[in-house]
Amino acid sequence: MENRKVSPKEIIESYNGRHLRIMEVCGTHTHEIFRLGIRKIVPESIELISGPGCPVCVTPVGYIDEAVMLSLDIGAVICTFGDLIRVPGTEMSLAVARSKGAVIKTVYSPIDAVEYAQENPDKKVVFLAVGFETTAPAACLAIKKAKEAGLTNFTILGANKTMPNAYLALKDSADAFLYPGHVNAIAGTAVCEQLVKEGVSGVVTGFTASELLTALAVVIQLTKKGKPFLVNCYPRVVKPEGNVPAQKLMNEVMEPCDAEWRGLGIIKGSGLKLRTAYSDFDARLRFNLPVITGKSNPECCCGNVLQGKCRPSDCKLFGTGCTPQHPVGACMVSNEGSCSAYYQYGGNFNG
Amino acid sequence: MDKIVTLAHGAGGKQTSELINRIFKAHFSNPDLTADDAAVLPVEAGNIAFTTDGFIVSPYEFPGGNIGKLSICGTVNDLSCMGAKPLYLSCAFVIEEGFPMEKLEQIAVSMEKTAKEAGVRIVAGDTKVAGKGQVDNIFITTTGIGHIMEGVNTSGKLAQPGDAVIVTGDIGRHGCTILLSRDEFGIDAEITSDCAPLWGITEKMFETTKEIHVIRDATRGGVGTVLYEIAEQSNVGIRLDTEKIPVAGEVSGVCGMLGLEPLYLACEGRLVVFVPKEIAPAVIEALHGSPYSKNAAIIGEVISDMPGKVVMKTAIGSQTLLPQPGGELLPRIC
Repeated sequence: MENRKVSPKEIIESYNGRHLRIMEVCGTHTHEIFRLGIRKIVPESIELISGPGCPVCVTPVGYIDEAVMLSLDIGAVICTFGDLIRVPGTEMSLAVARSKGAVIKTVYSPIDAVEYAQENPDKKVVFLAVGFETTAPAACLAIKKAKEAGLTNFTILGANKTMPNAYLALKDSADAFLYPGHVNAIAGTAVCEQLVKEGVSGVVTGFTASELLTALAVVIQLTKKGKPFLVNCYPRVVKPEGNVPAQKLMNEVMEPCDAEWRGLGIIKGSGLKLRTAYSDFDARLRFNLPVITGKSNPECCCGNVLQGKCRPSDCKLFGTGCTPQHPVGACMVSNEGSCSAYYQYGGNFNG
Repeated sequence: MDKIVTLAHGAGGKQTSELINRIFKAHFSNPDLTADDAAVLPVEAGNIAFTTDGFIVSPYEFPGGNIGKLSICGTVNDLSCMGAKPLYLSCAFVIEEGFPMEKLEQIAVSMEKTAKEAGVRIVAGDTKVAGKGQVDNIFITTTGIGHIMEGVNTSGKLAQPGDAVIVTGDIGRHGCTILLSRDEFGIDAEITSDCAPLWGITEKMFETTKEIHVIRDATRGGVGTVLYEIAEQSNVGIRLDTEKIPVAGEVSGVCGMLGLEPLYLACEGRLVVFVPKEIAPAVIEALHGSPYSKNAAIIGEVISDMPGKVVMKTAIGSQTLLPQPGGELLPRIC
């Protein structure tokens, strides 16, 4: 820094160095960056890329097909976070399945699904477990509760994911990551320190205007030095060790597995599945689901958007064939999705 | 009297009269409410405003009010927005079989109190009882007539560049209260609905100036939806200063946790007002004198650029478009 104290905003606005690609991997960051108008103050040489940080967006088409099959063919009651209902599957979304008689309940916590199963012992209740380290502990807690209560009518359709291997898979797409503060609040910072050794740079980032601007300014300043780095810019919430009880719980109930990410394909060790001791609660095993490979609309660019290879507005469906009211790709469904954020905050208006 | 409403109370016989006499006449009585088929009302010179609204809120009781209070406020406020002094209301009830009589009376008491405060008479009514499960507890429809004040002309088409945008209090309370009352989120917060009859503060504004271009009550869809409607109807742009928008700490806390935008949560006691910038401070001063509008604030201005759009000056001094939500409001999951 110079002698005078320079604000993060000034550092960002005055940046005139080489082209810099900064990827945020949290849906809430995507949303806040738009809401605060940060893209408007960032110079052209800085490219802000919205990565695969929205749990709904990275859920593959085949997963929706599995949920549709569970509801329509097996007659299960599907309990899910609301956003997932409108994500298109190969043939239909859960919303369409509902119009054909499927029972789909919106829940706000996996525990609600367990309680529903307890109150309705005659119904087969399946919770759609999507989400990262932030939501996986709640799913694990639900499984433990169901086991303690001896429930035989509750299962989950698992698609929980973890971020570390996704960063490695995406390391050539960005010069630095804005790490999702709430994921780090659970997982801690050790994983990101490990990534520094692999040449991956990033800053753990909070969600207020000043936290986001500070994180961007830190990335700008440290990239100039040319060495991989990690800085925790969200220390009021993120501790190096993370949330140990939540980690223990996840570790007790789930174990790593390979997982398919929409647009990115299979990433080794980036998923979570139930451990053998809890496999009774796995809907795929319980109902003997066949392996389903989904097919997305070939014109949809969600996959490239998630990797930062193109902007949402570069997709020819954007804003015409694909809108938040009639989404084609998952990134347009969720409020946290980058296509939805581009569309809602006026795409071109924000650049 | 029976403890619950039964189908017999809607059948037109003795029990119907008993219900009407003991509950509705007991609380709504006034010289214009007669036993005849229709109310006979004097016609005043000038123009009348005429409006109707149906209310099906769940839960029907919530912190800060109930469906009865809401049904009076909703129609009174719609009339007020047109600069019309609310005069007469009709109310039609559809009650689910088994609904507690005690609750019905509480609703009637709220309606009586709110109508009295708003200076409006309930002059006609109807009661139907529907079978169990056919309605959710109780539905109320109110219809109102008001007399438009002389020299007043408000419409969503009249916003002009140079107008200041005022909200008459902190936003999003009603929507937030209802969300939490449904108890689906496991969040406890001390939030009460802003539900209130607003003719009083409207009259005060018109006493200050007749040059009010637009008044809208920010009910379903909240202030954000109203602003987009007006931007479109008047073919102007609206620029908001996000820092100036009054939001109670509890409301912004809940919205922060659930990922909701207070601008899109319903209000039931807030008006959005467009007046020429020069007059706005006097209007704000008049509003600050009433408890229903003590937090009134100028939150933005009408601009000639970007017709049909609402833009926000953000906390970092940048500018962004206010996104328009589609479908239902959903809490975020990450």
